[in-house]
Amino acid sequence: MVSASSVEIRKVNKHYGTFHALKDIDLVIPPGKVTCLIGPSGSGKSTLLRCVNFLEEYDSGEVLIDGTMIGYEAPGKKMPGRKLREMRRSIGMVFQQFNLWPHMTARENVAEGLIRVRGLSKSEAHRRAADALAKVGLADKMANHPSRLSGGQQQRVAIARAIAMEPRLMLFDEPTSALDPELVGEVLNVMKTLASEGMTMVVVTHEMGFAAHVADQVVFMEKGELVGVDSPDRILHHPEDARIQSFLRTYHERNSF
Amino acid sequence: MDWSILQQYGPGLLSGFGTTILCWLLGTVFGMALGLVLALAQRYGARWLNRVIQVYVEIIRGTPFLVQLFVLYYGGPLVGLRLDALPAGLLGLTVYGSPYFAEIFRSGFRAVPHGQIEAARAIGMTEASIVRRILLPLGLVSSLPALVNFSIILTKETVILSIITVPELMYQVQRMSTETFRYLEANLVLALFFWALVEAISNAGRWLEARITKHLVERT
Repeated sequence: MVSASSVEIRKVNKHYGTFHALKDIDLVIPPGKVTCLIGPSGSGKSTLLRCVNFLEEYDSGEVLIDGTMIGYEAPGKKMPGRKLREMRRSIGMVFQQFNLWPHMTARENVAEGLIRVRGLSKSEAHRRAADALAKVGLADKMANHPSRLSGGQQQRVAIARAIAMEPRLMLFDEPTSALDPELVGEVLNVMKTLASEGMTMVVVTHEMGFAAHVADQVVFMEKGELVGVDSPDRILHHPEDARIQSFLRTYHERNSF
Repeated sequence: MDWSILQQYGPGLLSGFGTTILCWLLGTVFGMALGLVLALAQRYGARWLNRVIQVYVEIIRGTPFLVQLFVLYYGGPLVGLRLDALPAGLLGLTVYGSPYFAEIFRSGFRAVPHGQIEAARAIGMTEASIVRRILLPLGLVSSLPALVNFSIILTKETVILSIITVPELMYQVQRMSTETFRYLEANLVLALFFWALVEAISNAGRWLEARITKHLVERT
């Protein structure tokens, strides 16, 4: 396993027009650990996650990957595209909507980055793509296009596409929210395997069970503010902040029958 | 009706049909190419370039093809642009079609889910790779029905080229009509040829669409 990255977020702010989406966020994501971001919708957790690979541009503050700021060379001065792409190569991302490329087979989806970004030969890329797909349990689906895969399978291909690039950091943006309930487990299992291998993972999720069992730290956000950072047990079972208590109460009410 | 006249005018009509197909094909291919360049420039170019293109699109779309041809063919020499009828006709068709094609491509690109572009950015692909590997293949697929549709419209615009004496089908039909007064026969031949051409294009379009969307459609 390659080394794992750390992320440091310092005083990050983000506005959409007059809407203050992220307010002075400070957060340290230790290497090799799993950090889960939870909170109500619109709390800014996905926005924060997307700032980590600069798909979302933050207005002020710093996001440091292994000590190097991403997106800007200095405050207000964007980094050249080439440097940004270089940093993104070691950051994998998995999206809520999978975002597989529908005109390519599962294997081609995984090989694409290896060929275009890593410069591997087609045969070598396809060999590694096969390995990555085997790792997520899809060795027999390599030749399928996304339209012939279930949601859970598509998301596992998306995970394979990210890990084939040998990232040091993985970002998951609500990876199971678009899945039918019976397909959530297979994706979470793959993520658990990755976590056990010591990959740095940042996961925006509504799966409190995953956060409770797999996360090393849980971050609770609300209205663009970081309300609490602590162990899963302290956040999920013994929350002190009234906002977290209220969120969990709603969550439990909705999930009991 | 008297069809014996076709013995005399048949070869001329056939060659006119050939010229029509040639004009349509080249005009469509060049118009599409120019439209694609315009659409990509609009998407990735600077803001001033975008404005220039927008003005071009408005002017060409806002004026009749006939007027554009006259300006090009009869007005061109005044500014040193001296073209024969056929090249002038091809250039005219290209220019006339390009803004429509550009708009078709533009909306085709917009139909590509942004997340699929982001996924490519997230693994560090260059914008050039993204255009070539993701945006173009997917954007072209969603543009295809509109592209075929506008290509069919263009077949019928070719008749206007007869006015600047391009020897295409309409030109031959008019020659036959005025020389023999067989207006009905001549124009029936014209209609038949166009009907065959349009049928062929729309069938080819359907075949192509079925072929390239085979893997894109969710099957249940």
